[in-house]
Amino acid sequence: MNIDTKYFGQVTIKEKDLFSFPKGLPGFSSEKKFALLNIPDNPAFLILQSTTDVNVAFVMISPHQVDQNYEVKLDVATRELLEIESIEDVHLLGIITLKDTFSESTINLQAPIILNHKQRLGKQYITNHKAYSTRTPIASVREQGA
Amino acid sequence: MMLVLTRKLNEVIQIGEDIEIKIVGIEGDQIKLGITAPKEIDVHRKEIYLEIQKENQEAINNGLDLLHILKSQEKNT
Repeated sequence: MNIDTKYFGQVTIKEKDLFSFPKGLPGFSSEKKFALLNIPDNPAFLILQSTTDVNVAFVMISPHQVDQNYEVKLDVATRELLEIESIEDVHLLGIITLKDTFSESTINLQAPIILNHKQRLGKQYITNHKAYSTRTPIASVREQGA
Repeated sequence: MMLVLTRKLNEVIQIGEDIEIKIVGIEGDQIKLGITAPKEIDVHRKEIYLEIQKENQEAINNGLDLLHILKSQEKNT
């Protein structure tokens, strides 16, 4: 099938490769089907593109790029919703809010995107971890970790 | 319309068949609630949920020059 994307124009993707978000995302509860797109020449970044609203496209990276020790504990409800059987099937990603310069940009570590790439199911999971902010600066954390 | 009920410590409010909200602690201006709900019902602190909604809205406001920004970042690293 063909979908319209915010950054890459029209893209052809197999329906079985789409991810279902049974509950949508906070603020986007009616967006339930997404395509996961690579950025050419920039493998660290991924785009989560809604198949029904071209403007809904999130830029994501692995939270471990920012915080090597990042971890979340998924509750039973999430593991059941996403039909997670093995941790190997889970892909953890953080949504980036880009600012004018890359160094001012932030990543949402409080509510990561959890994908089960085997069952093609996804959810934005709200952690109750107080140390994780919705606006963790990408640059500063990297420097601290170095 | 908002239903207002008065409860004491350890008293419970029942909502429908399977949601219970119990007053488990009262300390000064803080009230501790124990919430029992079916696991398919997500329970969040309202302000955190709103903050995530807002951040998601902001996150999709990236300009179309995103690919350019990412490219120039790559050059810097």
